[in-house]
Amino acid sequence: MSTVFIALQANEETRPIIDAIELDNPKAVVHRQPAMVKIDAPDELVIRKQTIEEQLGRAFDLQELQINLITLSGNVDEDDETLTLRWNS
Amino acid sequence: MDMKVDKKKLNLKDKYKLLTRDLGWEPSYHSKDEIYPYVKYEGLKVHDWDKWEDPFRLTMDAYWKYQAEKERKFYAIIDAHTQNNGHLNITDARYLTALKIFLQAISPGEYAAHRGFARVGREFAGVGTQVACQMQAIDEIRHAQTQIHAMSNYNRYYNGFHAFADARDRIWYTSVARSFFDDAMSAGPFEFMIAIGFSFEYVLTNLLFVPFMSGAAYNGDMATVTFGFSAQSDEARHMTLGLECIKFMLEQDPDNLPIVQEWIDKWFWRGFRVLGLVSTMMDYMLPKRVMSWREAWEIYGVENGGALFRDLARYGIRPPKGWDDAEKAIDHMSHQLMLGLYQWSFGTAFHSWIPSDEDMDWLSAKYPATFDKYYRPRWNHIKKLAAAGTPYKNFGLAKLCQCCQLPIVFTEPDDPTMLCNRETTYKGEKYHFCSDGCQDVFEREPEKYIQAWLPMPALFQEQQGDIGAWMAWVSLGDGVDNGDYAGSADQRNFQQWRGLATSNQ
Repeated sequence: MSTVFIALQANEETRPIIDAIELDNPKAVVHRQPAMVKIDAPDELVIRKQTIEEQLGRAFDLQELQINLITLSGNVDEDDETLTLRWNS
Repeated sequence: MDMKVDKKKLNLKDKYKLLTRDLGWEPSYHSKDEIYPYVKYEGLKVHDWDKWEDPFRLTMDAYWKYQAEKERKFYAIIDAHTQNNGHLNITDARYLTALKIFLQAISPGEYAAHRGFARVGREFAGVGTQVACQMQAIDEIRHAQTQIHAMSNYNRYYNGFHAFADARDRIWYTSVARSFFDDAMSAGPFEFMIAIGFSFEYVLTNLLFVPFMSGAAYNGDMATVTFGFSAQSDEARHMTLGLECIKFMLEQDPDNLPIVQEWIDKWFWRGFRVLGLVSTMMDYMLPKRVMSWREAWEIYGVENGGALFRDLARYGIRPPKGWDDAEKAIDHMSHQLMLGLYQWSFGTAFHSWIPSDEDMDWLSAKYPATFDKYYRPRWNHIKKLAAAGTPYKNFGLAKLCQCCQLPIVFTEPDDPTMLCNRETTYKGEKYHFCSDGCQDVFEREPEKYIQAWLPMPALFQEQQGDIGAWMAWVSLGDGVDNGDYAGSADQRNFQQWRGLATSNQ
């Protein structure tokens, strides 16, 4: 097993995004560090536009993640609806 | 009745196709070999450039939109920093030593990466690659500019920030990072991608921009946090590009595997050596620390790097050659290099200091196997010398590694009491190395590394060994920009201004 992760700046814009990631990834572990939040998950992490929109209460373009993204690991697969981080091992 | 119909939007994949693939064209006046002379120069075999695509599918229109948003956030914080006397809100002016190293050694590297990507964006034959490299070239120059701009706010009040470009070119610890980038920029385009996309972005920036920037937040320096995280959000794209490049090379032709593996071995070790500087920043220079270098390495080196190599194993890639030596070095490198920075403090454009008892207790808790056994006694001895009025100063010049250019201060992987020193004789000249990893890099391309510009020989060639003339050449004020933090103008001013800031005197 390998861990994939995404780290986001800790701010008001990312709060609902982090909630959405937690809802969609029950195995995800959220680490809160100074000014940032790092979310680890075993092998795969799925970020869904729809869940973010529900949490945010507005339309959200997944590419908006770029604004508050700090770093990530895993192979990225992105389309209009989901962004998936995955290790293939 | 007229119905209002939303204009049909292109989906991400179609938009990406139109705004990248459709920008390319088939040349008719010249052959592709004439237009892209370097793509075959390293022996890599590429059969289908269209197989390389940016997994983020970022197109220029979206790129400008999101970068503009990041810039607005960045400048809002910079304004706030200037308006509320942000230079007084840091925990302690010792913190600025880390920032000075950053400005002198890392920010110029961002600019070098910009130049490199502008070049390889032109040299790669695939249009998806060209667009991604163009964005990265713009990102890198933005990083250099925002870092220099953010730190210029400290330059108004503190010493050591005024001549980072001279420092970058002329000082020994900055030539470590400089030689890394010069090596990358003078390589072919695919090797450059491994050097920067894999080694710099994947290995170095995660270990520098993430835990260090998070630490900067707890040290009250929001300006640095903002440029760091703003830059690192680009790095996430860059890492993806680097990883995509590795996969692309390996998927295009099985003959590419040994070439890629050699580059991964080389650039992992080169990147790891540059991290020597970062390890001292993490363990010694943040007055308020959030994690040790060892802990950061566990997360971003062992866990994340390990996952990457397990993933690449399906192509036949194994972990880099120096991986085990790196793990053995983790508990020693920050202490060994900080002892070096302290003893050669006359030759730096920042302050160093003897760690306090409280700091040593923290180090001992974080490095239970090594700190009390090997490093506390040395610091205590140095403390005794300082108290007796005979501080430990080494006015000799360090012997530098011909490859990474760090002074030879590191020990044997399996014996922390024995200095590691390797030698190679090439064309009748003797060359020195700090490690097997650096010796291997040299021996693979000796003609390249014998040309390296090294600060110590340059001092004799260019300044006849005159240290005072060297300091003037580096724009370094003796006793002003360098030496002990205790008793420095930076310490004095910080305390005095902090007093003014918290009282109405």
